[in-house]
Amino acid sequence: MADLVTRAPGTAPPRLAPSGWSLAARQLRFWLTNYRRTWRGSIYSSVLNPVLFLGAIGLGLGSLVDAHGTARLGGVSYLAFLAPGLLAAAAMETAVGESTYPVYGSVKWNKVYQAAVSSPLRPVDIFHGHVLFVTMRLAMNCAIFLAVAAAFGAVRSPWMIAALPVAVLTGLAFATPIEAWAVTRTRDTSFTMIFRFGMIPLFLFSGTFFPITQLPGWLQPVAYLTPLWHGVSLCRALNLGTADLGQVAIDVAYLAALATAGLLAGNRSYRRRLYV
Amino acid sequence: MSAVSPLIHARGLVKRFGDFTAVDGIDFDLYRGEAFGFLGPNGAGKSSTMRMIGCVSPPSAGELSILGLDPVKDGREIRARLGVVPQDDTLDVELTVRENLLVYGRYFGLPRDVIRDRTARLLEFVQLSDRADDQVDPLSGGMKRRLTIARSLINEPEIMLLDEPTTGLDPQARHAVWDRLFRLKQQGVTLVLTTHYMDEAEQLCDRLVVMDAGKIAAGGTPRELIERYSTPEVLELRFDPADHQQSAEKLASVPAQRLEVLADRVLLYVDDGDSALAAARAQGVEPLTSLVRRGTLEDVFLRLTGRQLGE
Repeated sequence: MADLVTRAPGTAPPRLAPSGWSLAARQLRFWLTNYRRTWRGSIYSSVLNPVLFLGAIGLGLGSLVDAHGTARLGGVSYLAFLAPGLLAAAAMETAVGESTYPVYGSVKWNKVYQAAVSSPLRPVDIFHGHVLFVTMRLAMNCAIFLAVAAAFGAVRSPWMIAALPVAVLTGLAFATPIEAWAVTRTRDTSFTMIFRFGMIPLFLFSGTFFPITQLPGWLQPVAYLTPLWHGVSLCRALNLGTADLGQVAIDVAYLAALATAGLLAGNRSYRRRLYV
Repeated sequence: MSAVSPLIHARGLVKRFGDFTAVDGIDFDLYRGEAFGFLGPNGAGKSSTMRMIGCVSPPSAGELSILGLDPVKDGREIRARLGVVPQDDTLDVELTVRENLLVYGRYFGLPRDVIRDRTARLLEFVQLSDRADDQVDPLSGGMKRRLTIARSLINEPEIMLLDEPTTGLDPQARHAVWDRLFRLKQQGVTLVLTTHYMDEAEQLCDRLVVMDAGKIAAGGTPRELIERYSTPEVLELRFDPADHQQSAEKLASVPAQRLEVLADRVLLYVDDGDSALAAARAQGVEPLTSLVRRGTLEDVFLRLTGRQLGE
């Protein structure tokens, strides 16, 4: 117990890692350590969720739809129409779940952020570290979803492999703006509003279950503005082989713009929240 | 860096939150190896000062340098060399004791084997070796505090910042924490602490400043402050609440440097408490209880601000 402080007074401290992303990686490692406690449960639900939806709605309800004729779906089975839409929706769901309570709790409950901000990590590194973790969770969940969809025979095109990064991007278009906002919250009541009045309507009316051309005319432009519709449209085009380069560019640009805007907003809101 | 240049240097340091000025132009210098305290009641601006030193709160005005560096520009480098024990524990209660140190050590970019070696030494130091693989949640308040202290030492800091290190702990747990901090001080670690306990300040601080309403009211060693603002002895008298005021008035004729009438007690600042008590009795004053004690920092604070620390 002789010397806890082994560095002689006046000697130079160890050099710091120069890059911001290597500091963010330190925060990511916290989330990975944390995730070791809950990863099994999270994998079960990542598998169960597509099994239930693709089984009940894709196959069950789909058999009725298919019997009625699928010209308006692009002439493919309802299952093949639904699966890419559900993939994008699952990415949204994962993103919203990982960027609301975990962020709020890191400020309010276990104070992970306050502990980290006393280390060399800056608020921006703490934010980016969490974004990296959410990206990893999105990639995991979307990969599992794709594997389940393939097992159901819902994958029609090898291009569907490209739906993985597209779904991750769709998730990030939700995750970064929501994280930037969640860190500013002083109460957690607004999160249930996001779930009820944000996520559920988007889930139902962004073209996941039926083409938005079936919506009343005045509602269609609203659907075009939602980030989920762009994610659904991209994933579906990849599965049905109907990708149009112009539309793909617009969808990707729109989602990337939202994710970037969220990143910039979070850089600011994390600093304002943690440096008071 | 020369031997006499301060580790922390502040001139006219100000922290404002909107219209509220939490720290109102304070000056201090802190040198390597000393234990320096900010003593004051809640709301005096101690924690705001600590957060500025910890580089997690940009100063609103004034000069502040830490380890010769600028806290706004060089926050990363400064924080790499600080050990912070915040007022509220920020432990991850769902992780184990050992994992808390692992996670925190990684924030400093330390390799796993270095963290492992230091964790073993630090848990031994704070007497938590036998709890290393237990979750943090069921630990007592005192154990959590000691774990926070161990965690703050993982990067072998040059300066330790302790914000109210024993607030909320029972007396036994407080003494255990004081004992560990005293050992660190003996090893030459520079300690900066805030407290509203005068006994804590007296036990641990080589030098301290008394803060009130965002300003420094006085500074010096505990002994200097007591000599300057108190008397060698203090006579404390308690009366039946019914004739508290009346008795206090009678005491005015007892020779004393100062008389303080508090809500529940009367304090006489004197050189010799026993003779003052005899003089009070000669005036026909009959206290319910009487106590002769030496002057403390509590008396210093009362003299400087007209209020008690606990208020």
